Amino acid sequence: MKILTLLSLLATHLSASSVNIEENAGQFFSSGHTNNWAVLVCTSRFWFNYRHVANTLSVYRSVKRLGIPDSHIVLMLADDMACNHRNPKPATVFSHKNMELNVYGDDVEVDYRGYEVTVENFLRVLTGRLPPSTPRSKRLLSDDRSNILIYLTGHGGNGFLKFQDSEEISNVELADAFEQMWQKRRYNELLFIIDTCQGASMYERFYSPNLMALASSQVGEDSLSHQPDLAIGVHLMDRYTFYLLEFLEDIHPSSKANMNDLFKVCPKSQCVSTPGHRTDLFLRDPGSALITDFFGSVRKVEITMETINLTEPIQQVEQNFVNEERQKETYSYVDQLPVSEIIHQKPKQKDWHPPDGFILGLWTLILLVFFKTYGMKHLKHIF
Amino acid sequence: MMPVPSSVPQPKDDFQEELVIRPLHSGDIYASFQFRTLWETDFMRGNKVSHYRLFPKSLGQVISKFSVRELHISFTQGYWRTMQWGQPFLPSPPGAELWVWFQDSVTDVDGTWKELTNVLSGIFCASLNFIDSTNTVQPSASFKPLGIGNVTDHRFLRYATLPREIVCTENLTPWKKLLPCGSKAGLAVLLKSEKLFHSSFHSQAVHIRPVCQDWQCKTTSWELRQTLNVVFDLHTPGQGKLEWSLFKMFSRTLTEACPLASSSKIYIDITDDPQGEQFEVSPATHLLSQAMVLGDRRTFSVYDLTQQITFGTVRSLNLLIRWKSRDMLRPLLHAERYVAGYGLQTGEIHTLMYNNHPYRSFPVLLLDSVPWYLRLYIHTLTVTSKGKDNKPSYIHYQPSKDRVRPHLLEMLVQLPPNSVTEVTVQFERALLKWTEYTPDPNHGFYVGSSVISSLVPSIVAMDTNSTREQPLFSSFFPCKEESSYFMRVYTEPLLVNLPTPDFSMPYNVICLTCTVVAVGYGSLYNLLTRSFQIEEPSPGLAKRIANIIRKMRGVPPL
Repeated sequence: MKILTLLSLLATHLSASSVNIEENAGQFFSSGHTNNWAVLVCTSRFWFNYRHVANTLSVYRSVKRLGIPDSHIVLMLADDMACNHRNPKPATVFSHKNMELNVYGDDVEVDYRGYEVTVENFLRVLTGRLPPSTPRSKRLLSDDRSNILIYLTGHGGNGFLKFQDSEEISNVELADAFEQMWQKRRYNELLFIIDTCQGASMYERFYSPNLMALASSQVGEDSLSHQPDLAIGVHLMDRYTFYLLEFLEDIHPSSKANMNDLFKVCPKSQCVSTPGHRTDLFLRDPGSALITDFFGSVRKVEITMETINLTEPIQQVEQNFVNEERQKETYSYVDQLPVSEIIHQKPKQKDWHPPDGFILGLWTLILLVFFKTYGMKHLKHIF
Repeated sequence: MMPVPSSVPQPKDDFQEELVIRPLHSGDIYASFQFRTLWETDFMRGNKVSHYRLFPKSLGQVISKFSVRELHISFTQGYWRTMQWGQPFLPSPPGAELWVWFQDSVTDVDGTWKELTNVLSGIFCASLNFIDSTNTVQPSASFKPLGIGNVTDHRFLRYATLPREIVCTENLTPWKKLLPCGSKAGLAVLLKSEKLFHSSFHSQAVHIRPVCQDWQCKTTSWELRQTLNVVFDLHTPGQGKLEWSLFKMFSRTLTEACPLASSSKIYIDITDDPQGEQFEVSPATHLLSQAMVLGDRRTFSVYDLTQQITFGTVRSLNLLIRWKSRDMLRPLLHAERYVAGYGLQTGEIHTLMYNNHPYRSFPVLLLDSVPWYLRLYIHTLTVTSKGKDNKPSYIHYQPSKDRVRPHLLEMLVQLPPNSVTEVTVQFERALLKWTEYTPDPNHGFYVGSSVISSLVPSIVAMDTNSTREQPLFSSFFPCKEESSYFMRVYTEPLLVNLPTPDFSMPYNVICLTCTVVAVGYGSLYNLLTRSFQIEEPSPGLAKRIANIIRKMRGVPPL
């Protein structure tokens, strides 16, 4: 009897704990992603657009702090502000006035810079259609279990974003690029944040699943900049990204803050424009999506009890000491400026070509005239 | 993990670091870092290398994949002022410069060059992928290999510069990652970007070449040198005194040498004042060394960081250098370049080379690479010294092809003593297609620096004996004869305005045309095709009610 009760207790306990484990396991894998990527783009050139570079760098800094490594971040800056000759403090980009926070940092790695930031390169990075010699750091090597954060900032209008003062990307192109990404299974979930004037127009045309979008202003409104710094002489940040940075500074890798908190960042009283967001294409409930699902890189570790047998290491074949022969010859350094050799450097011998039409024609004419005047019977005297 | 069988000997590698500090005449201070890794291995023949220790793996893979014999890449911000600062230990032009010697086994040099530039742009976070056939040249006599080798066929050499390239922290970060100790220990802790880029001149470079292992030179080893040259401006920190310390320059002091380094030394140039009257260095050191560098015998005080006593009781080393005045180092070779002319159609490039030696003349090899959009007229090329014509003993000219390759001009000129040699050539500016303009075309277009390579006579006999241990800064250029040393001087890059179209023109034209069409033609069209109908004005309310009543009664309306 006692054994039976004990056994039943054990059974119920086991089933309860297995349910717990299942619940924990379910929570563990609820987001469905295994790696994180970030594509951060600043599209403006010239010194007075300092704030756009500062915007992008502050998001870069938050994303790096929360765990995404440089190899998973594609950072595109259209102009160099830190080492610009007009910057009174070189190698720094500040986000707060009185130079409190240097968002440029000491270990920044910019993947696309200067003239490389074009609409074509941006779309190629997103869709993965890059030339074969592109290095790894310039590629977005995401798969179907990647969560991607895309952040764009610059000057924009109703339905377009201006790149480098010379070209534009339209909302239709962007939506089509995301659809290509979906069809090529290049993302699991994608968070799109844009900080430009009339930013909400850029996400109006999205139609692929699992996209969530945030913008700093609605159609017909301008996004405003935050505060100028009198020493540097330009506006340092845009309002929306300034308050976004403040919000993200409070997030740490194990934080449980979710997307609903992100939608509340920068209300109209602080931002003057009305930030907007779009979640109808997102399949999960935004309240269940954590901030760190996109901004951080939480690694999921699986513990296994299996043992793996290691095979014998490959035996190195003994090096043939062919070095013996090579050791006979002595090497020497090359003469850096061999004057006599250079002066007597013969020009490349041109390949011999048979004489072309003009020379042939001229000789034929000469021969014809000769034989006309002197007659054929003199031929035997010549030969 | 099974240990590797000891029958396979591991190639030996060695790492040395050094810092040379040279106070300059104008009060500025010149600091030159050199980090050298030597590795006895063979990337080319036989087995693939798989175990990297001190040599960085990313560069090792680049060497073996692209069959590189020598690689020299430099990133520079600022221009080296030869007349004020003397000669640098390692010269470099503003912007980015890359020159590579490939092995004889490479079949498609141009294709390999293109892939190599793309891979290097990823490693150094620079836009080196803009190097293509329009700015690559193949010099025929300059840029001989600096490493060992017997045959030099210039088909395997490629040279390119990007004068517009910006250098900032994002280039310094991967450069620091290539060092064995990173930026955590040794001299590299001093490399803080906020101080390094707040300077008059900053240049970082990577040089890879095969060198002799010992004085017999029967075997080779690969040498990787990472150099960083920086000149700090006297007036930047605010204080005008001729007093510098490591903390003032780098905002850091040294606490230890890199544990992986076999030698870690600091050299301070005290040549002008060995007695210490005008010059003061603290903490004092008794180690002195002399070296033959740049044609002159210089004396240096040496601080050995591998010895614990260097750091003293405070366990940190902050060198303090104070001096009153310094003699001007008069450089023997100096060059300038500028654009003359007016307007946006033609112009003239003038290159001036100064020979300041009182009685010796020496040969100089000038390499000019001008982009295709400046069409040079070589029939107007003149070389004059002291007013008279100076005929070069060797000229190699390769004309440009529009949008395919640039002009290449190489000349060997003998500079007479104490003279100025002027090379002038006229050019015409081309009109680019509207898609070829950069997003900021009114800034102008850059022309890369000219390179002047020369054998300059030296004041003292140079050391051709490579058996002795030489400090790194004096052993970069190989020295074959005692009476002269090899040197390269770079001129300024040129900034040229090309005729720029008005990019707002299409928009303005469309607006104006549409307005004219709408207002002018539209009105005319309406006048011609519209027909007019007379319409009775609608009657008032009372009349309308009266008409309704009349209709009901059957009487005709009003």
